[in-house]
Amino acid sequence: MLEERHDFKAWIYLLPALILLIVFTFYPIVNTFMIVFMVDYDFLYGDYAGWTLTGNIEAVIGHRQFWPAIRNTIIIAFVSVPMSVIISLFIAVWLNSIKKLQGTFQTIFFLPYVTNAIAVGLAFAVIFNRDYGLFNYLLSLFGIDPINWVAPGAEWRFSMIALLVFITWNGLAFKIMVFLSGLQSIDKQYYDAARIDSASRSRVFRKITVPLLSPMIAFITITSFIGAFKEYTAIVGMFGEQMGHRGQLMTIVGLVYEALGEPYTAGSVSLAASAAIVLFFMTLLLTVFNMWVSKKRVHY
Amino acid sequence: MSAQNNETTYDTRRQIIVKRVVRYTFVYTILTFFALLVIIPFYWMILTSLMTPDKIASPVPVMFLRFRDMQFGNYYEAMFAPEAPDFIRYMANTVLVAAISTVGTIITTILSAFAFARLNFKFKELFFLLLIATMMIPGEMFVITNFITVSRLGWVEMVGQQYHHAILAMTLPFMTSIFYIFFLRQTFKQVPDELYYAAKVDGTKDFQYLWKIMVPIARPTIITILILNAMGTWNAFIWPNLVATRPAFNLVSNGLREFATAIEFLPQEEYIGQQMAAAFVITFPILVVFFLLKKHIMRGVSRSGIKG
Repeated sequence: MLEERHDFKAWIYLLPALILLIVFTFYPIVNTFMIVFMVDYDFLYGDYAGWTLTGNIEAVIGHRQFWPAIRNTIIIAFVSVPMSVIISLFIAVWLNSIKKLQGTFQTIFFLPYVTNAIAVGLAFAVIFNRDYGLFNYLLSLFGIDPINWVAPGAEWRFSMIALLVFITWNGLAFKIMVFLSGLQSIDKQYYDAARIDSASRSRVFRKITVPLLSPMIAFITITSFIGAFKEYTAIVGMFGEQMGHRGQLMTIVGLVYEALGEPYTAGSVSLAASAAIVLFFMTLLLTVFNMWVSKKRVHY
Repeated sequence: MSAQNNETTYDTRRQIIVKRVVRYTFVYTILTFFALLVIIPFYWMILTSLMTPDKIASPVPVMFLRFRDMQFGNYYEAMFAPEAPDFIRYMANTVLVAAISTVGTIITTILSAFAFARLNFKFKELFFLLLIATMMIPGEMFVITNFITVSRLGWVEMVGQQYHHAILAMTLPFMTSIFYIFFLRQTFKQVPDELYYAAKVDGTKDFQYLWKIMVPIARPTIITILILNAMGTWNAFIWPNLVATRPAFNLVSNGLREFATAIEFLPQEEYIGQQMAAAFVITFPILVVFFLLKKHIMRGVSRSGIKG
């Protein structure tokens, strides 16, 4: 019903957002891509010594922390995302099946979403403290000797486990909330029909709930993977800007910000841009793969 | 025959009730277990913030504190001690940055959401697709060039940064949001066209219509955007960490992290109480806002997932 065209007027309304988007969103995409192909880019004056096709990409791949960062990023994504998706799906289903206290539980489960990852990360670091943390105390009840999880000198595998616990914990809130609202929008008729056929609960879950929720599960999984690829603040919160003992928890985004934190070092900004491009293509690959999978699998 | 029938019904009914009791016990137990897992870090933060160093260092963790054992001095020292970070100032900085960027965001968002929902113009579909595509691109791509941009504008002086430069650098890039534009456009689209034509007949200008009719109708959505945006600033870490070069211009998260880094190699138990006190001080306002405006926040978040 918008038959009239208002070209001029419409662009006036769009203008404030448009200017900001051009300067801080569209231009940066182009510019960051270009920096990747510039030799010795000077971030303050924009000078550069010529063009290179793969020079900066080679530099980032040759960075001593590049492969560890890729490994850490992939481990974080492929462990924390499935764990938090599955746990939150079950919590949402249980939450949806009760009436009393549903609101209270919902509020509690939502807390990690609103609170500050730095502040909560510090609390997790205290819980995972080697000498007086709650976690080591609980392990000691099973006869396990104290483990150094977060402090300087911690082993990589232990730091990674502690980090995965925190990241999974942190990711539950949003997923529970979205799944719950999805469950509440499923037509009750399906469940009534299942009850008449006296289908078992696990059967109802597998044959009705999961298929009908599958678009949402797919959406949450893809956005969570993208989020997990960009994990940074949670690591800084719990382990500090060094990204763990000797940077052993470095991620791709960690490389970006480490390089960007020293913009005056020659080649630093190019390195940041190249790492960002690597992240961009990882994200793109995942998005395309996910779209392909969900076309085949998701029941709409 | 009827007696026997009654008995079976009674038995099945009993069975159903037993089954139901078992099920509910299971569900409530497991939900309580997970709820505890969510609460423990917060509880631990508060608990530790009230402990003396010797309690903190106790190898068997202290799980409860009596009132008279609570060390409220940790809060005083974290906030007011001369050698402690200036958290009062960081909070003022954060409130200012949140206020400016939220007001900016809401204005640009309302105007462009109106254009997308109500007006027809050339390249509308194309522009819309472009914006959606942009949302798929990782933010780091923007951050790098935006850092260069604000540096070239002279706002990120490495020495002697001026306050208004820091504030500009922290707010201007965040004065609009594609996601919120879409979010508000959805709400605006639900306003019936008839209202628009009726207003036109009465000679109402577009801007008046937007301001007097659309905005009041979309108030719940606008409030949700305001809260989510302000909370986002309160929790922001990465960007302020890059562009605020003087400790005095820190936002709360950056101040807290610097505090933690400063004590990393000191005897931690001496400072962890204060650190947790500071952590709770910056968590507390968020909790208050959350409990007061729970409905708006949860509604906004659960709806953001449905667009897929």
